[in-house]
Amino acid sequence: MSDLNLAKQEPVFNTNKSMVYVLFGFLGFLILFPVLSPSQFLLHLMIMIFMHAVISQSWNIIGGFSGQISLGHGAFFGIGAYASSFFYVEFGLTPWIGIIIGILICAVIAILVGIPMLRLSGHYFAIATLLVGISFQVVFQRWDLVGAASGLWIPLTSEDSYYAMQFHSSKAPYYYLFLIFFVIIFFITWLISRSKLGYRLRAVRDDAQAAQSLGIDVAKHKIIAFAISAMMMAPMGSLFAQYILIVDPDRMFNFEISIIALLISVLGGIGYVWGPLVGTIILIPLAEYARIFFGGTGGAVDLMVYGIVLMIICVFKPSGIISLLPNHILHREKKR
Amino acid sequence: MQAVISGLLMGLIYALIASGLSLIFGLMEIVNFAHGEHLMLAMFSSFWLWALLGLDPIVSIPITILILAVCGIATHYFLIRYVLKAKMLVQICATFGLAIFIRSFAQFLWTPDFRNVADPMLSGRIEFAGIFIGQPQFTAAIVCLFAFIGLYWFVTKTETGLALQATSQDRQAAEVLGVPSNKMFALGWGLGLGCVAIAGSMMSSYFYIFPDVGINFSLFAFVAVALGGFGSILGCLYAGIIIGLVESLGGLLIDPSFKLLYVFAIYLLVVVFKPQGMFGRY
Amino acid sequence: MSILKVENLSKSFGGIHANQDISFEVQPGEILGVIGPNGAGKSTLFDLITGFTKPDKGSVIFQDQNIFGLRPDKISNLGVGRTFQKLKPFADQTLLENVMIGAFSKENNQKVARDKALEIIEFVQLLEKRHHYAKELSTGQRKRLELARALATDPKLLLMDEVTGGVDQKTIPGLVELVKKLRDRGVTVITIEHNINIIMDISNHVLALDQGKKIAFGQPKEIQNNQKVIDAYLGTVDAA
Repeated sequence: MSDLNLAKQEPVFNTNKSMVYVLFGFLGFLILFPVLSPSQFLLHLMIMIFMHAVISQSWNIIGGFSGQISLGHGAFFGIGAYASSFFYVEFGLTPWIGIIIGILICAVIAILVGIPMLRLSGHYFAIATLLVGISFQVVFQRWDLVGAASGLWIPLTSEDSYYAMQFHSSKAPYYYLFLIFFVIIFFITWLISRSKLGYRLRAVRDDAQAAQSLGIDVAKHKIIAFAISAMMMAPMGSLFAQYILIVDPDRMFNFEISIIALLISVLGGIGYVWGPLVGTIILIPLAEYARIFFGGTGGAVDLMVYGIVLMIICVFKPSGIISLLPNHILHREKKR
Repeated sequence: MQAVISGLLMGLIYALIASGLSLIFGLMEIVNFAHGEHLMLAMFSSFWLWALLGLDPIVSIPITILILAVCGIATHYFLIRYVLKAKMLVQICATFGLAIFIRSFAQFLWTPDFRNVADPMLSGRIEFAGIFIGQPQFTAAIVCLFAFIGLYWFVTKTETGLALQATSQDRQAAEVLGVPSNKMFALGWGLGLGCVAIAGSMMSSYFYIFPDVGINFSLFAFVAVALGGFGSILGCLYAGIIIGLVESLGGLLIDPSFKLLYVFAIYLLVVVFKPQGMFGRY
Repeated sequence: MSILKVENLSKSFGGIHANQDISFEVQPGEILGVIGPNGAGKSTLFDLITGFTKPDKGSVIFQDQNIFGLRPDKISNLGVGRTFQKLKPFADQTLLENVMIGAFSKENNQKVARDKALEIIEFVQLLEKRHHYAKELSTGQRKRLELARALATDPKLLLMDEVTGGVDQKTIPGLVELVKKLRDRGVTVITIEHNINIIMDISNHVLALDQGKKIAFGQPKEIQNNQKVIDAYLGTVDAA
């Protein structure tokens, strides 16, 4: 009995104190970073890192936690971008509310699309998401209400405006916007991963039949994961739209977004909360610098890099970079 | 009627492309997400053989087949072999990564420009009972049909083909009987991409050639394979034709700019309601 | 008053009768052993009762409620647990996490679920392995894991597919003991078992199947002497 009582007294999550300090120190640094007056390029790089970390976290929820491989996740990015921009362009509604509308629309679409599609499994689901992702692009390319192929041009304000969420003098406000969403979304993911929902999603991923035998409604959990995942993608689209102030189907429904969401997760380590962050920190600077280095040639060098990295990871380290970390850190993280 | 004929002709080409995909899937349960990119490579191979050596796409078919078969075998030896036993996610990512790589590499080497083979041997139109059919389209469809029949004959009637089938049904049992599965897998990739080579060569006579050209074809091939039942070769023929017809009739009757969507809708309807495929054994 | 009443349960796959008109009752608190040669339809019967395969016709009454054709998760939530012949642990998660997932079917609170899981892990005598990944456990330990996981959902009826199959000799007595202890906890058990000696030892009743049909039902003693059973099963398989 005493062994049992000892076991019960183990902390539910053995969160290491020093890890927490490191995390808060890191966060403090991120908050102060713009004060150090970094170059605009460095700010841009950080913004891209936040954005891609969230995009791949979104993929990680559906792909890593519930085990469904989505190849068309960029669609939710595009929908988010179009939602906030459309309401601003048409009705002058502030993007702050537009972002929330985008999140809600994505949730509804994810549920509607998810109900028939999540009954599929494996290859069928992957192919279906590929098709649906491209279908959205096709529809937006031809939908006159949202500007068809030329897209929406967000009217520029003459000066920085929080209402319009436009900042022309510096990238710093954008930096903070992306940072806020990055922190919130990673925090939510961390909460999910150690909640009842997280346990049950991993059960569905590892063995759907066993999960069912334990009373888990597999379809419902997949749809929940899909909706959460979509809701994380949407605000990134909205923010990115505010960042570049052009919303067109080729940019916002770019297939590359779906690819990179998956790639970063796989690179970092699927199913780990911090996998997407690790993947992003490695890949995005690499891709951004590759783009600059080969810049102008017009060749899709960054995509080439993605493709090679993806194959190498699959062959040599399918569990991702994060699994290279020392086992005790990993185990702690894994135990959640 | 015009639309029916052109849909039918296109469908035969889809069928051949899809059967290559289906063959590979049936053999090792891996979906080649780079299938369209392989098709693109086949078209570029025809193009360069024409541009550099002056060989007409028709004449260079054997060379293209050879190139693609080698390409397929290489894909197996350098990539697929390592992920055969991995989780499905890893397999998908591997071929998907290959697709991205081939496509962007093509863009890097050859720029995203559209090219075409000027003045190919096959050109012009033939008229038949008031219906105009492009000569190259017609020939392409016929060649694809014959290639398909040839493939079907090979797989079902020859000894090697039967060994191939045995491997796809039960890898271990086949190994016990002396069929080396690794060689069979390589053969499968060679054959699968050989099919793609024929389709690509034929199409290069009348299609624009550019790095993204394969995307739509591979999507249609996925749809065809799912419709026909994963792994079923004959299913691909029916499914390919259905897709060709849906595409051209949908374009004619509703709105041509949404052609893709009609085909996707068919896919979703079929897999949601009849996941084992329309004609498939499985 | 029976806890489970199965009537005329049938299922055929492409013309082959996997289960044909199977009827039997299970009393609360007993162990029912299911025997039969390979392909007799034992696992199919489990799949039909627990909803993993849709039955063609018949009825399955669990505690006055018809669970015929319900989804597996609904059936589990009503109090019917099961283990699988081909083990299905959540391989990339620890033993404790595996069992917690079971406990979460009735508990929402993290801490309560965890304590419950630990108690059950102790019950199956694997406490010191609680932080091991399921993939690191031996077959016998994984059988215990499955049992613990199913037990964590508070089943009133537990269907166990081949508890002792595939484990080595030394492991068997412990597992058999565990099944008996389950009954002492008040859980009704239906178990598929190849080892006749074990069946005769633990079961209160035995159901014998052959080629998808019920050939006998009764006390272990009766079954042992039933000519049909001897012909179908004891006669063909070396019943060690």
